[in-house]
Amino acid sequence: MGTISLAQQADVADDLTRYLHQQGDGSWRFEVAVKGAHCANCLAKIEAGVRGIAGVREARLNLSTGKLMVSLDDAAGPPHAVLKRVRDLGYDAAPFEAGVTLDTKEREGRFLLHCLVVAAFGTIFTMGLTDAVWYGGADMSAALRRTFFWLAAAVAVPVTLYAGQPFFQSALASLRKHSTNMDVPISLALILSLLLSLYQTMQGGAETYFDAAAMLTFLLLVGRYLDFLLRDRAYGAARHLLALQSLLARRLKPDGAVETVSARDLVPEDRVLLASGDRVPVNGRLDDRGTEVDLSLVTGESLPQSLPRGAELQAGSIITGAPVLLRATARVEESLVADLARLLEAGQQSRNRYVSLADRAARAYVPFVTGLAVLVWLGRTLAGASPAIAITNAITVLIITCPCALGLAVPAVQIAATGRLFRRGLFIKSGNALERLAAIDVAVFDKTGTLTLGSPVLTNADGISPQVLERAAQLARASRHPFARALAAVAGSGPVAGNIHEVMGAGLFSKELDSDRKLGSAAWVLNGKADGGHSELWFRDGDDPPVRFAFEDQIRPETRAMLDALRARGIMIEMLTGDQQAPAAEIARQAGIATWLAGVSPMDKAEHLEQLRAKGHRVLMVGDGINDAGAMALAHVSVAPGTAADISQRAADMVLRGDSLSPIVEAVDVARKAKRLVLENFVLAALYNLSAIPLAIMGLVTPLIAAATMAGSSLVVTVNALRLARRQ
Amino acid sequence: MNGVALIITAALFIGLGALALLLWALNSGQYDDPDGDAVRILLDDPGEQGQTK
Repeated sequence: MGTISLAQQADVADDLTRYLHQQGDGSWRFEVAVKGAHCANCLAKIEAGVRGIAGVREARLNLSTGKLMVSLDDAAGPPHAVLKRVRDLGYDAAPFEAGVTLDTKEREGRFLLHCLVVAAFGTIFTMGLTDAVWYGGADMSAALRRTFFWLAAAVAVPVTLYAGQPFFQSALASLRKHSTNMDVPISLALILSLLLSLYQTMQGGAETYFDAAAMLTFLLLVGRYLDFLLRDRAYGAARHLLALQSLLARRLKPDGAVETVSARDLVPEDRVLLASGDRVPVNGRLDDRGTEVDLSLVTGESLPQSLPRGAELQAGSIITGAPVLLRATARVEESLVADLARLLEAGQQSRNRYVSLADRAARAYVPFVTGLAVLVWLGRTLAGASPAIAITNAITVLIITCPCALGLAVPAVQIAATGRLFRRGLFIKSGNALERLAAIDVAVFDKTGTLTLGSPVLTNADGISPQVLERAAQLARASRHPFARALAAVAGSGPVAGNIHEVMGAGLFSKELDSDRKLGSAAWVLNGKADGGHSELWFRDGDDPPVRFAFEDQIRPETRAMLDALRARGIMIEMLTGDQQAPAAEIARQAGIATWLAGVSPMDKAEHLEQLRAKGHRVLMVGDGINDAGAMALAHVSVAPGTAADISQRAADMVLRGDSLSPIVEAVDVARKAKRLVLENFVLAALYNLSAIPLAIMGLVTPLIAAATMAGSSLVVTVNALRLARRQ
Repeated sequence: MNGVALIITAALFIGLGALALLLWALNSGQYDDPDGDAVRILLDDPGEQGQTK
């Protein structure tokens, strides 16, 4: 089930106007997802090539996102030429739905960056003013000192209130759900320190924390923004993978014309043209005739099935036989089995219940520090301090225990970890997926397309003479059946036999003057005399004795090593497949898997994961098919290869860029190490803060000490986290 | 006294100016494609480049 060439999906003759958007100046914007452009040369070639097309005003390729923005003079003609030109230059290209792409995510990132810049300005400026007081205050008149504080207040208060919004919002959202996260104590410390400092300035005191508040905001925003950047990049890369294989469908209009539409726009009773190699976009019925269908993404079955006219087809099947007309019976979103949709939802809910380490730490930390502050206030009041001093002391405790380092401890590690895995081709989509991955003790794999290559390979080529192979290949080259393609692949390129006919569900024959060849199933070629297995083709050349070609789905070269590496890390391996017993047993033997189940339905897979969970196991599910999506959503954490069906890529927490499974092992290592580092960081940050608490309780903390503690502890946790980014 | 007031006011405006510049750069999309900008400098076709905005 290799990726389907995009050129086949968006036919150059089809209607692309739905992807065009008119701009204010009358031009039309057309966005194209381009794959494979990474260098200055590619950029220059593509831009120059597209600009050379008549009717193109401007073309600009964004290398960071892989998106080509084209502005056109009018809506007719050029879009096809643009796609064709980019493909001719050797890059995959697919039209991108404009408008949907510039979404809230981008706005969120921009807002964080604005906050960061504003906070940086505020920090520097406030520090310039307050540090003058800390170091030279003794030589200043009281009036000048007060002026400096007022100036600092004029900058720090608006800056902190503006740039602190991400924390305030998150804290509010968490409080509304009657829980706490790290942003609650952070927001509390920010606001209280501003209030206390304002009060002190009015009273003419010296204890202002304007610089600490601004710096705290700045440091935390650095962590937050970097975290966002990496997450966004991984998310964007995963989405790009999907966009490039997103389904376009060729719809047959009543007047016989063909238009290209997004699969999402198909409605029941639409007639869809499907060529050999196309993925079925929605559930439907074969309308005009029967064909052969590869169901491996739907059921895990490794052999193509031949289906008669009128048969029901499920979305995700791949046509391997003759081109057909499909009559849609459902929309895309209804094309999943209802049970599967329910499973996905259940999985999503159980995942939302997962509480991340940071939130668990916050839940213990918040009552602790607020309790401490109340105790300090009580203690000082009972000891006879004035209310102002008692409250000042209590607030100082809150400020000094502000989990600045705790707030950085987790993002810093996550940035290092996701960045490292990103470079290895593993995109982490959900925030706490790494934490969950660190806990797994069982890994469940799908067979077809995950442990195996997903396409059959000729296994008995050694026993067949090259002449026979070539004669058979001349027939095989005309078919898209996986076996025929495997045969043709072994024979290499060459001529195709003349006068070929395909017999549905049976095979191919060629009738020429001097020869009469047949390639197909045993029942057909041998006239029903033999009852061969499913994974073979027979070939008869005139009156020569028939020759048998055997095929097998091949295990991936890296599978064995990857499984051994996982076992060495104490993870049990299981295999679940919808395929039949015999091929499953063979692959299990080759991969060295002792525990496996064959012939399981998607529901059985999910059921099995549920059982494992009930036994207390934390399961990693790796799969690529629609039939795996339910199980993947229910698993503790899940991974999908980049070639997987889009529904399973969506269900997965992590997506592999390429086809190789090896990064999974490194992901487990990185996840475990990341968890250790997060815990270390918690301890380091807590030590730092705890050591300052006695000073705060005794009222000995100066604003300078507060600032130094925050900066120091943040630096320590960041450096500790960066150990993960170092290459091993 | 007057000197301090002058310096602080000047610093404030210089700082605000820098802030405004940076925000302008952000909003005008100069940070949208760091990878692309890094290689664009290597392309040597001034006529072609002149057309880009």
